[in-house]
Amino acid sequence: MKITKLIEKLNLAVFNSGLDKEIEKFYIGDLLSRVMGKAETNCGWLTIMSNVNVAAVARLVECGCVILCEEVQPDESLREKMESINIYLLGTDLSAFELAKKIVESVNE
Amino acid sequence: MTEIVWRFDVEGNNFELAGHASQQTKSRLKQIGVNNDIIRKVIIAMYEGEINMVIHANGGVATVTVQPNLITVVLADTGKGIENVELAMKEGYSTATTEIRELGFGAGMGLPNMKKYSDDMTIDTTVGEGTTITMKFKI
Repeated sequence: MKITKLIEKLNLAVFNSGLDKEIEKFYIGDLLSRVMGKAETNCGWLTIMSNVNVAAVARLVECGCVILCEEVQPDESLREKMESINIYLLGTDLSAFELAKKIVESVNE
Repeated sequence: MTEIVWRFDVEGNNFELAGHASQQTKSRLKQIGVNNDIIRKVIIAMYEGEINMVIHANGGVATVTVQPNLITVVLADTGKGIENVELAMKEGYSTATTEIRELGFGAGMGLPNMKKYSDDMTIDTTVGEGTTITMKFKI
């Protein structure tokens, strides 16, 4: 599903936009070492980490988008960096689990 | 192709720039057509090492050498050294502070991941003098 479609379907907040990639997989994680090793290219990454290191990992992994869960607001340095590397930074009030459920439901619709 | 060498300075305690050497290496390896699976291994291991230098060693120098069948990454610092290498190699063991953990690091996966993703890794460390880690990746 395209990121713009995800935003609409999941009612996500947009902190900054980026390339509207096709997202086929998702990864949930906050420990950056784990995310580096496990997240796949063009995935949607669900996390509660909101500092600038998220951008470095998102770029190295070539994530499609990062979704901050649980009403987490990004540090300004993260938002700026994500904008400069052209990767969508999104947000939701939901927990990663609740959002994951919603993603599965929306894919099966 | 005989040999290409890239050298990057890694600044200590600067998280705005942390990952820069790894990102640069990734772009350059892509440019010269290295296989994506190998690039991924190199970058995961190198990023862990780069972050270690940022967090623990007040920075250092990363040198990447590309030969026809081998990529070698050397991470050298003049930091405090590793007191107990065996312990540091254990998954989950970390000396990182709470502040560092709050940044998403300090999971105790740094050195274990470097070993896991490289084909060969050696650690040369002296307490009070510094650490040099050499990782080799077969192409």
